[in-house]
Amino acid sequence: MTLPTENATFWRGVVDGLPFVLVSAPFGVLFGVLATEGGLNLLEILSFSLVVVAGAAQFTALQLMLDNAPTIVVLASALAVNLRLVMYSAGLAPHLGGAPLKARLAAAYMLVDPVYALTAARYDAQPSMPMPLKVAYFFGTAAPVMIGWFASTLIGAALGTQIPEAYALDFALPIAFIAMAGPMMRTAAHMAAAFVAVVLALSLTWLPYGTGLLVAGLGGMLTGARVELMQRERITP
Amino acid sequence: MIDRWQLWVVIAGLGLGSYAMRFVFMGLVGRRPLPEWALRHLRYTAVSIFPALVAPLVVWPEATGGTLDAPRGLAALAALAAGILTRNVFASMGAGALVLFAMLYWF
Repeated sequence: MTLPTENATFWRGVVDGLPFVLVSAPFGVLFGVLATEGGLNLLEILSFSLVVVAGAAQFTALQLMLDNAPTIVVLASALAVNLRLVMYSAGLAPHLGGAPLKARLAAAYMLVDPVYALTAARYDAQPSMPMPLKVAYFFGTAAPVMIGWFASTLIGAALGTQIPEAYALDFALPIAFIAMAGPMMRTAAHMAAAFVAVVLALSLTWLPYGTGLLVAGLGGMLTGARVELMQRERITP
Repeated sequence: MIDRWQLWVVIAGLGLGSYAMRFVFMGLVGRRPLPEWALRHLRYTAVSIFPALVAPLVVWPEATGGTLDAPRGLAALAALAAGILTRNVFASMGAGALVLFAMLYWF
């Protein structure tokens, strides 16, 4: 079997990444709209998306600043929302850790939810993929997702305050998150993790500054890992 | 009105912090394989964080002043059900949006 070229693998990544532009675009538009309504100008909104590149954290920070939270609280909460990125980084380390430094520096900038989901699935399915192809695939998926994110933020900022309230744009965010999580429920362990995380998140809202989210996420992870172990022990005693 | 100083401090701080989190393992720790128990926990990150993030937004939506309302609750259920049944992100988003708009139109 001959291996595909780096170029072909890059474009394969682009094709796989393209549909996710439709997934992240509503977030980008929504962020642009909400930020404009919050009084941010075009430069500030675009800087936000270019520098931070993380929808959920951007929404968290924006919301808290509008609530007049102190800067340290805004930063801590938004970074907590982004803690999953550490785990994405760790998840890809076995595959991309040996890549040239320049590639890793650039890849870190583009490591967002859909890019992680696509590349992790691809590398898992094909662990023998040579390093240059893994790198090419990563940047292939990242290219449309990045461009889509910046473009949709701009569109949202341009639309500004013109979207009527009847469209219930406030709920685009929850629906998009659910749409990403639903298809992940492949095993009982995944479902148990999600269930425990939801119960904890709902019962820990009294914890200050969004730390409940952290505890809930951790509880879900521990549950998933435990259930997976229990299932494996049942299959191979 | 958001204070301009605070805004730029948050943008810079959040940007640096997020980049550091993305780079730490891929860039510094390198190729050393992670232990099996760590990988086992990592598998459940997204599937825990996303539902935990979204659950309060569904049960206490900002737009209704924090009270559960039928259109948003049912839209969330529809999106979840479609997502689990079809394993398709777009079917899930479509189902959620459809139910949300139908309900909002109705009531």
